[in-house]
Amino acid sequence: MTGNVWVLAEHWRGRLSDLTLEALALGRELASGFGSPLEAVLLGGPALATGLGAADKVLSVDHPSLAEPNPEAYCRALAALIKARQPAVVLVPLSNVSADVIGLLPARLGAALLNFCRDARVVDGKLEARCLLYGGKLETTVTVAAAPALVGLLPGSRPAAATGGSPAVEAVTADLPAEGRVRFEEYLDPAPGDVDVTQQAVLVSVGRGIQTQDNIALAEDLAAALGGVVSASRPVIDQGWLPLTRQVGKSGATVKPKLYFAAGISGAPEHVEGMKGAELIIAVNTDPGAPIFGVAHYGIVADALEVLPALTDAVKARKG
Amino acid sequence: MNVLVLMKMVPDIVEELEIGADGRSLDLDAVRPIVSERDDHALEQALLLKERAGATVTVVALEAPEVDEVLFTALAKGADRAVKLTGVEPAPPTAAAAAVLAAVLPKVPNLMPVDLVLAGCQAIDDLDGVLAPSLAERLGVPYLGIVTGITVEAAGAGGTASVLKEFAGGTRGRYTVCLPAVLGVQAAEKPPRYVPVAKVRAAMKARTLEEIPAGDGGAAQLVEVAAMTKPEAAGKAEMLEGDPGAVAAKLVEILAARGLA
Repeated sequence: MTGNVWVLAEHWRGRLSDLTLEALALGRELASGFGSPLEAVLLGGPALATGLGAADKVLSVDHPSLAEPNPEAYCRALAALIKARQPAVVLVPLSNVSADVIGLLPARLGAALLNFCRDARVVDGKLEARCLLYGGKLETTVTVAAAPALVGLLPGSRPAAATGGSPAVEAVTADLPAEGRVRFEEYLDPAPGDVDVTQQAVLVSVGRGIQTQDNIALAEDLAAALGGVVSASRPVIDQGWLPLTRQVGKSGATVKPKLYFAAGISGAPEHVEGMKGAELIIAVNTDPGAPIFGVAHYGIVADALEVLPALTDAVKARKG
Repeated sequence: MNVLVLMKMVPDIVEELEIGADGRSLDLDAVRPIVSERDDHALEQALLLKERAGATVTVVALEAPEVDEVLFTALAKGADRAVKLTGVEPAPPTAAAAAVLAAVLPKVPNLMPVDLVLAGCQAIDDLDGVLAPSLAERLGVPYLGIVTGITVEAAGAGGTASVLKEFAGGTRGRYTVCLPAVLGVQAAEKPPRYVPVAKVRAAMKARTLEEIPAGDGGAAQLVEVAAMTKPEAAGKAEMLEGDPGAVAAKLVEILAARGLA
């Protein structure tokens, strides 16, 4: 397996993502392993090339249809570039901005995908990746021998690479139609009004283990006793039990409270991404193998429905 | 308007997952199969479209343990047709499943062309591919994923849909997508509806699943799984034990030491 190592430089609303810088740090290791250069591919947003100094070179593709995230335009531009230059590995940040393209590219190119990747290295000239499946509950070690290997990279693989330096920038033209079959129209931002979970010192967060909407009251009671608010993981929001503004994780908020109390949350990578920076994480889950216990400081294997009221009582008793 | 919904079975991750004897795969005997959560949202979104504008909703799934109940449940919820693709057990990896579907869908009587194909935007076992975008590529139609809302503006050839895609922090993007298209659903506009068991049983008696044999689609296996393990945690939690009262007492001490209680 030979060729350069590429990182898709992901950006949204004028800013490069942190995950892009993590990908560049991992990409540098892989590039050393293959003895080849590390290149960042920047689709749209040409002014952002200056933030990609961790790469040896930036391939900057600009076109009006690349101004906002657009899976069809991204896929077409990237597939053409991959065919023309044949990189060994393409690291694509797995976020809502670029997840669509990681789904499209393998079929477009007939290439291998290594999805949900948390770590990768070069072994005997082949790419070996560790990928998290089943909501982070199991890890697979996978290998791929044929280039290009397309890698959907989870957050947290490496600390972010530095943004300094002045990479060489090569402008590349893209053959894209003026009007594609998928067209960005506008952003719809959430209406303010509900509490801002990113500004809370204490979050009592509920997941699937809360079982019913009525049980959320148990979390509300603890949050009230601790002077915090209730947040949630995706399944609770999808059930309509709490508003979207309370969601923590990839599609929701990234929070860093003093206390994050995870009640009945398994800890899928998409959720952990949003709360791993909390100062103190306490997790209650019935499954001793729940990945949340890998990120929590304190863990309790128990039913959250029993621990929540007991803790609420104990907090109230202490406060008198 | 014709709407096709793809549904696939995945292990229920609320249960503990065991690694098989080969050390490279899941122990399928120890797994409780459930429908992929996002696919259930895709079905709900299709039913909402049907209620709003009228549509024929067809659910399609590869043969798998427990899949009959999932298909009958879809019929009980309001789907018009349910198609089970046979001869594909054990379930192929995702990339191969997309190839199987692309090859067999045109052979299902009175199904294609469809205006929309809806499926979950991701499943928990999508290691070597993601079903909805892979199928979009194979069908040569546009794709948008992480979708949380769909309004069909005009069905048929030359039609379009206005589609909401989720980003971060509650922000969504509105896109115009030309039809036919495949959309990867993250969450339906409403929570998936509940259907009583009695209605599912009634559907099992009154309705039938259309069984269509599928070929293997001819997709190459490009990724080799060398090992499957339980992930090592980077920093392991200190586990507290005892009954809820004892655990609560320990937690209060920990919180108090940090000025949190």
